[in-house]
Amino acid sequence: MSAPAVPAGLLRRTFRRRQARIGAVLTLVIVLIALLGPVLGPLLTGYGLDDFAGRPFRDDGIAGTDNLGRDVLTRFFAGGGPVLLYALAATAIGIVGGAVAGMLAGYSRGRLDSLIMRGGDVLLSFPQLVLALLAVAVLGSSGWLLVLVIGITHIPRVARVARQATLAVASQDYVLAARMYGVPRRRILTTEVLPNITGPLMVELGLRLTYSIGYVASLSFLGLGVQPPAADWGLQINENRIALSVAPWGVLLPVVAIAVLTVGTNMITDALAKESADTTGEVA
Amino acid sequence: MTATRAQTLTCTGLRVATTGGREVLHGVDYAVAPGEILALVGESGSGKTTAALAALGHFRTGLECTGGSIAFHGHTETHDDLLTLPAATLRGVRGRLVSYVPQDPALSLNPVLRIGTQVAEVLEAHAYDGDTAARVREVLGDVGLPTDEAFLRRYPHQLSGGQQQRVGIAAAFACRPDVVVLDEPTTGLDVTTQDLVLDTVRDLVTRSGTAALYITHDLAVVAGLADRVAVMQAGEVVETGTVEQVVDAPEHPYTRQLIAAAPDLHRAVEKDVVPTGDGAGAPLLRVSGAGKRYGAKTVLDGVDLELWPGECLMLLGESGSGKTTLARGLSGLLELDSGELSLNGEPLATPRTYAQLRSVQYVFQSPFASLNPRRTIASSLEVPLRHLTDLEPDARRARVLDMLGQVRLDSSFAARYPGALSGGERQRAAIARALVTAPDVLVCDEVTSALDVSVQAAILDLLAQVRRDLGTAMLFVTHNIALAREVADRIAVLQGGRIVEQGPVADMLADPQHAYTRELLEHTPSMRVAG
Repeated sequence: MSAPAVPAGLLRRTFRRRQARIGAVLTLVIVLIALLGPVLGPLLTGYGLDDFAGRPFRDDGIAGTDNLGRDVLTRFFAGGGPVLLYALAATAIGIVGGAVAGMLAGYSRGRLDSLIMRGGDVLLSFPQLVLALLAVAVLGSSGWLLVLVIGITHIPRVARVARQATLAVASQDYVLAARMYGVPRRRILTTEVLPNITGPLMVELGLRLTYSIGYVASLSFLGLGVQPPAADWGLQINENRIALSVAPWGVLLPVVAIAVLTVGTNMITDALAKESADTTGEVA
Repeated sequence: MTATRAQTLTCTGLRVATTGGREVLHGVDYAVAPGEILALVGESGSGKTTAALAALGHFRTGLECTGGSIAFHGHTETHDDLLTLPAATLRGVRGRLVSYVPQDPALSLNPVLRIGTQVAEVLEAHAYDGDTAARVREVLGDVGLPTDEAFLRRYPHQLSGGQQQRVGIAAAFACRPDVVVLDEPTTGLDVTTQDLVLDTVRDLVTRSGTAALYITHDLAVVAGLADRVAVMQAGEVVETGTVEQVVDAPEHPYTRQLIAAAPDLHRAVEKDVVPTGDGAGAPLLRVSGAGKRYGAKTVLDGVDLELWPGECLMLLGESGSGKTTLARGLSGLLELDSGELSLNGEPLATPRTYAQLRSVQYVFQSPFASLNPRRTIASSLEVPLRHLTDLEPDARRARVLDMLGQVRLDSSFAARYPGALSGGERQRAAIARALVTAPDVLVCDEVTSALDVSVQAAILDLLAQVRRDLGTAMLFVTHNIALAREVADRIAVLQGGRIVEQGPVADMLADPQHAYTRELLEHTPSMRVAG
């Protein structure tokens, strides 16, 4: 054992793992496409977002044309932003809300526990997609409404995992010790409990992000999210699926991008979960 | 026991390394003859379990054998080298020719299998030719358990710890193996139960002519049980010999150190006499009529106790006697149902004031659970200061470093996480956390029971020094009466939630009044070799 300086932080140690680095590269590629695409796309392909590049479903240009004869690649470059933004926002709402609710329930037990968890059960009894459909049907289609609905429906699912992890930690002597020292509940939850349940929470983060991307894309696909003629990956898949065998790129490009993003983010969160399970503070 | 007899198991030049290439065993030799108990003694990390598990051809994940051989000559079969056997043959050897008794019976028995099924499983796995049911009864009878149908149909949780361990031993002996490996089988047990289990082992080994490998860190247990002893240190056997040679005339310095570390009731200990009892002024902490019930179960039943300034009171009791409940009640960790507590003559309020919280501090049993794995040591030590005192951040940091020095941890530990510390170092840090607010009373709840004997000695030494330097009064909760002479000024014996006897150490050890105290004294293992 080498003479220990201050051990590196959790993130720093996580990115010493190859898995996390590969994940970061994959994620970064998609994020860059989504961020820079709207600007670079027209320059690369020579077509604007709504320019008609030719007749529908022909292999004009690099990746062909879509159902209205617009350039597929240009629209692919422009369509990543909404998915990414909405999915991230929905995941953040779900994880933060779920962690808070779960830790409160698991640490307090008793009535608060029942209230939070049974309330969550009510939400859980609706399929997430159906709830989203319902909200859109009642309140009209808007991107941020989607984010809110998806985020809120994540909360009880994350809360279950957080509560279970909290139960295991809350009975440990170090939490008892903190109570003995008169540490207030809020501080116990943030400094004693939260750091010790990051493992399960990170796994949940990866999972929820994946689902969020899927839901946002699905709702756009169903015509309830982003509305045409805006460019969006989910929408793009829907518009071009009828010609999958003739002009496959219109479907494949967004599908591959979503897949790569999902795999990338999961590799990072996985590595993070593994690293937080190692409590020695040493290099693995 | 003679060395000339054919050995059942001969391990020569065993080398084991981690898959990363670090060697953990550097050429270990040992041999066991039929009917003989060889004790492998060493502290955690010395490689004793690795060396013994090799007899089963098993290496824990991350370890691999890099050299050496283990020859096996049983009643029915002979293998020149167990380590080179193919996996399928090895499976046939395990449990039938060489069997294993794990450390924690509560974890090693399957909670959803009945006792009868559990023992029969070993026999069925090795296609026992004979009446399985009859053999199960026979072997359960051998370990002194009931053999009626009702007992066979019980589940492990319906048994006491000692009974569970004897079921584990019965399963190990079921196939009449030639070698049994026992991995600290009495660690979690009370002294009286420990004595019973050790007698069972001794009896079975002698009667069936089995060779036994007994792994332990406690020389006192070995002295009464084993025929020969192999002392291991850092992956090497440093001394081997008959138990008389090793215990009475140890040659290696490490063996001497181990023997010195083992607590012994009969060894005279020099220490300063602290005035206690009525002559010492007013009691610091007084409990009267403390009671606590969990549902229908009464855990504490009218306990009266006094702690005088500067003294160390040993609260002695077996598991289930209510000693942890009492200790936690005194520290304010849980609320007692009845009874009055006073500190320095003032009643302790619920909830306690910060000053009261500060003056009674509690050290937890297991240093592996009492420190937050995500906090550095310094950060853990700072928690009580931040919440119970008004010190500025700079003063807090200085106090933390000063306290680490007091428990003999240098400042490099401040920035480390508990995971990078050994058990002894963690317990030091935990003690430092309890002392950091300069309490009047330190409640130590079984603080050494999760630690090796040699580490225990160092911790006791530390506590004694703390008492000398700081004058802190101490309530030392333990099940181990052997520590009495070294630690305590007075003893209070707790049984079934009542104090059955209390008095000064010397009087209590010389002339115990209560039957229960006498029983505890009788069963406590001592370094004197059994005749």
